[in-house]
Amino acid sequence: MSLIEITEVRKSFGPNEVLKGINLDVAPGEVIAIIGKSGSGKSTLLRCINGLEMISGGSISVAGAQLLDDQLHLKTLRLKVGMIFQQFNLFPHLTVGGNVILSQTVVKKTDAKAAEAMARRMLDRVGLGHKFDAYPDELSGGQQQRVAIARALAMEPIALLCDEITSALDPELVAEVLSVVRELAAEGMTLLMVTHEMKFARDVCSRVVFMHQGRVHEIGPPGEVFSNPQTPELKQFLGVH
Amino acid sequence: MTEFTLWDILRNLLLATRWTIVLSLVSFIGGGAVGLLLLFARISTRKAIRTFARCYIELFQGTPLLMQLFIAFFGLGLFGIDVPAWLAAGLALILWTASFLAEIWRGCVEAIAKGQWEASASLGMGRLQQMRYVILPQAMKIAVPPTVGFSVQVIKGTALTSIIGFVELSKAGTVVTNATFLPFTVYGLVALIYFALCWPLSRSSQFLERKLNVAHRNH
Ligand SMILES: Nc1ncnc2c1ncn2[C@@H]1O[C@H](COP(=O)(O)OP(=O)(O)OP(=O)(O)O)[C@@H](O)[C@H]1O
Ligand SMILES: [Mg+2]
Repeated sequence: MSLIEITEVRKSFGPNEVLKGINLDVAPGEVIAIIGKSGSGKSTLLRCINGLEMISGGSISVAGAQLLDDQLHLKTLRLKVGMIFQQFNLFPHLTVGGNVILSQTVVKKTDAKAAEAMARRMLDRVGLGHKFDAYPDELSGGQQQRVAIARALAMEPIALLCDEITSALDPELVAEVLSVVRELAAEGMTLLMVTHEMKFARDVCSRVVFMHQGRVHEIGPPGEVFSNPQTPELKQFLGVH
Repeated sequence: MTEFTLWDILRNLLLATRWTIVLSLVSFIGGGAVGLLLLFARISTRKAIRTFARCYIELFQGTPLLMQLFIAFFGLGLFGIDVPAWLAAGLALILWTASFLAEIWRGCVEAIAKGQWEASASLGMGRLQQMRYVILPQAMKIAVPPTVGFSVQVIKGTALTSIIGFVELSKAGTVVTNATFLPFTVYGLVALIYFALCWPLSRSSQFLERKLNVAHRNH
């Protein structure tokens, strides 16, 4: 049974159709890499999955939660699928601990003690337990991104969406974030990640989706997609001739 | 004819200053409350509510405060509602203040990065929760200097209420002048008192703004 079901999804911004009928089913525990040229609709697809953008056609459901344009359905959906952003988007006015605690107490009404315990566990998990009382601007980019991961994990989502989560990082900080993601994958978390880290995609992902002009142009296990690209577009994207 | 000492004049003016201060506080606090409602309306997801708030703000910012005072005082009288001067003054100033504060605050809310909305939404927060826990705490910090700065306009705005007969500092100045025939002394003192009220506020607004610019840190 699929965990994430994306069926004939279309999305337009005004006259500009960005997603032109996307079909993608993701099984529990799968790690999917989404690759493709700039403007091919990768971010838009991810943002539709947790309702940051509304779709113009088709349907999306995550573990039975449908994407519908009302607060109740959106909340149900977003409790199942978390998102990590390129720019971290930590709350600058809260400590690291506060960042991880906030949505638990506000959205899930977890009591303060349990929320703090969860926050400490998740921060330990990303190796930042000792930064509990620091503020985001006292951390490096890589540390901030790991806090963002802890913050999403604290909501106990079934799947995580990652949109180029290492692209804003200095090269030497990329590895620490990727190793956290690698552990999550190993623990069976379902992941959909837009990434330019081809080596990581090849090592960790179960399937690779190549998007081109708003469509899933090629899809398959990394071995096939990377070693034996079928279409000229993918060949050109990968730089093989 | 009785002689008025400088102290007599000053004492009378200071007594009336109380009413300027009370009216300013009422306008500012009431205007702040209404302004907060307007702010929420102004950035509502519902278009009709947004449009209503925008029209309100444009109406109150686009007409002189004096006209608003006249309408509150005389206009309601036409419908047989007897409005005392203090009520008309308070009402008009609250509604006028609200329109400006709402717009100042909207600017501050919109200055918060879009990513803050998206991150909090992706964690499942509803719109009010996002405002309450994520956006407003950050927006409030940048809102302090312009808000304090605007309070100076409110204090000066209260002077207009003398025209509909509310006895505050300006009106007291006129009354005392009529009794003493010392307009220069009296209005000089009135101006000094206004200055004593407004100057610390505008200075602290500038100070807060500079402090905010210097602080790189967001907490
Ligand atoms: N909010 C928006 N309003 C209008 N057009 C948008 C909006 N967001 C994205 N687009 C357009 O949709 C298209 C796809 O954008 P998207 O961000 O999904 O691409 P991407 O594959 O993530 O690219 P990149 O690799 O540069 O991140 C682009 O042409 C973009 O201009
Ligand atoms: Mg993108």
